[in-house]
Amino acid sequence: MKPLDSLEMPRPAGTSDPIITVSGLTKTYASGFQALKKVDLEIRKGEIFALLGPNGAGKTTLISIICGIVNPSTGTVVADGHDIIRDFRPARTKIGLVPQELTTDAFESVWATVKFSRGLFGKPPNPAYLERILKDLSLWDKRDSKIMTLSGGMKRRVMIAKALSHEPTILFLDEPTAGVDVELRRDMWNMVRRLRENGVTIILTTHYIEEAEEMADRIGVINKGEIVLVEDKHVLMQKLGKKQLTLHLQNPVTSLPPELQSDNLQLSADGTELVYTFDTQSQETGIARLLRRLSEHGIDFKDLQTSESSLEEIFVSLVRGRS
Amino acid sequence: MNFYAIKAIYLFEMARTWRTIMQSIASPVLSTSLYFIVFGSAIGSRMASIEGVSYGAFIVPGLIMLSILTESISNASFGIYMPKFAGTIYEVLSAPISAVETVIGYVGAAATKSIVIGTIILITARLFVDFSIEHPVWMIAFLVLTSVTFSMFGFIIGIWADSFQKLQVVPLMIVTPLAFLGGSFYSINMLPPFWQTIALFNPVVYLVSGFRWSFYGVADVGVGISLGMTLVFMLLCLGGIGWIFRTGYRIKA
Repeated sequence: MKPLDSLEMPRPAGTSDPIITVSGLTKTYASGFQALKKVDLEIRKGEIFALLGPNGAGKTTLISIICGIVNPSTGTVVADGHDIIRDFRPARTKIGLVPQELTTDAFESVWATVKFSRGLFGKPPNPAYLERILKDLSLWDKRDSKIMTLSGGMKRRVMIAKALSHEPTILFLDEPTAGVDVELRRDMWNMVRRLRENGVTIILTTHYIEEAEEMADRIGVINKGEIVLVEDKHVLMQKLGKKQLTLHLQNPVTSLPPELQSDNLQLSADGTELVYTFDTQSQETGIARLLRRLSEHGIDFKDLQTSESSLEEIFVSLVRGRS
Repeated sequence: MNFYAIKAIYLFEMARTWRTIMQSIASPVLSTSLYFIVFGSAIGSRMASIEGVSYGAFIVPGLIMLSILTESISNASFGIYMPKFAGTIYEVLSAPISAVETVIGYVGAAATKSIVIGTIILITARLFVDFSIEHPVWMIAFLVLTSVTFSMFGFIIGIWADSFQKLQVVPLMIVTPLAFLGGSFYSINMLPPFWQTIALFNPVVYLVSGFRWSFYGVADVGVGISLGMTLVFMLLCLGGIGWIFRTGYRIKA
C-alpha cells in the first residue's frame, strides 16, 4: 500500500483523492471460510464505484466490514481520513448503508423509522430535511403508514431514506435494484445521479452489469475474495473490449485457404459464417486486408455485422479466467 | 457521547411499550392484582401476621419484585432480540454509537418500563391491602437498582438467544422458580434450617429481603448484604455485556 503523501502517479481527469482506503483486508469466518483475501482498494471522492462479482465473491462482506457490521480478521480501512475501528465515530457518521436484504421494522411508521435512523447517527432532528428525502423517494404520502403495510418496492425506498437520513457523504448500495420494478429502478438511478452531483461518493454492488456500465465511473471486479481488477469503466471497455466482425458467406466453404488461417479468424462448423476478432485499440484492425484476401480467393459474403463485447462478457471472461 | 442515538433507541423502545400497552403494562398489573385477591385478601385474611406485618402487606414487596424481575428480563431481552431476528440490528451496528450508549438506550427503556409497572402495582396493591413504606428512598433505590440490573440480564439473554424458545426459557424455567422460592410469599425464616441455607444461594432472596426491609424494616438478611448482592449481580451483568461487545458475541461476525 503506498502512503497517501506519495501519490506521484498521474491521475485521470475528473478524479480526486481517495475517500476510502482498504489495505490488506482479510476476513475468515468462524466456519473457516475465507471471504476476503488481502483486499486493497481505493474509492475516490465523488465517484460512483461499481463492485461486480458473482454470488459469494465477498462483496457484502467487504461492505459490511467498512460499515462496521462485520469485524475484519486483518487489515485496515480508512474512511474520509478516519480509521473505521479506532476512530469509528467520525468514520461511521459519514457512511450510509442500504443493505441487500429488506430488513425493516414492521410496526413503526415510515416517519418514525427515518427519524430514528437520523438520531442513531447522532444528528439533531431536522424535519425539513427528512421531508425532502421522503418526497424525493415518493414516500411522503406514506409517512404515517406502518412499514409492514408497504409493498416490497416501497420498503426498499424506506431503506434508502433511512440510509440518507443522516446526510452521509459516502453511500453504500448493496444490490439496490435486485427485485425492483422498472420504475423504481429508474427513480433510484436518478437519485444516485443527483446524490453524486451533490458530492456524495457512491459504492454499489450489482448483478445487473448494464447498470454498472451505465452508471459507474469505475468498476471493480471481485471474485473468490480477491479484487481481480479495478479500472476506469471506459478504459476497461477499451482495454478488454474486443470487436467481432461476422461475415455471412454466399456459399459455404469447407476450409480456409492456408494463408487466411489465423487465430483471429474462425470458420463456423457449417461453413457459412466467418468470425473475425479484432482489437479496436490497435492501429491496424486488419479488416481491409481480410476483405481483400477473401475476394482474391473468391469467397463472397452476402452480409456482415460487427459487435462489441459488453461489460458482461468482459466480466464473465475475467471471472472464468481466474477461477 | 452520542446523546441523539441514546435518545433515539430509548424513544424507539418506549414507543414499542405504548404500542403494546395491553401486554406491556395492563397484563402484569392484572396478574399481580389476582395474586393480591387470592393470597392477600382471600387466603391472607386467614393467615397469621409475619414478624408483625399482616400477610397481605407482607407479600406486597415480593410481588412487586416478582413482576420487576420478569418484566425487566422479558422486555430487555425482546428489545434486543427482535432487531437481531428481523435483521434491523445492522443499523445499530453501523451507527456511530458505542456499546455503552447502545446499552443505556435499550436497558434504560426496559428499566423505565419496569419501574412504571412496579409503581402501578404498588398503587394497585394499596387498593387491596393497607401498608406503609418506612424507608421510601431505599425503596426507590432497590426498585431502580433491580430494574436496571435485571434489564441488563435480559439484554444478555436477548443477545444469547437464537430462537424464541430460548428467549422464553430463562424467564420461565429459571427466574420464575427463583422468584417464587426467593421469599416473595414467605419469610425464609419459616423454612427448615437446611432449606434456609439453600435459599441463601438464591439471589432473589436478597432482592426481596432488601426491598421488604425498605417497606417494613424487617428482613431475612441484613440490608447491607442485600444491597451488596444486588450490586454484585449488577457488576456480573455489566461484565457480561462488556464481554459481548468486545467479542461481538452473536451480534457481529
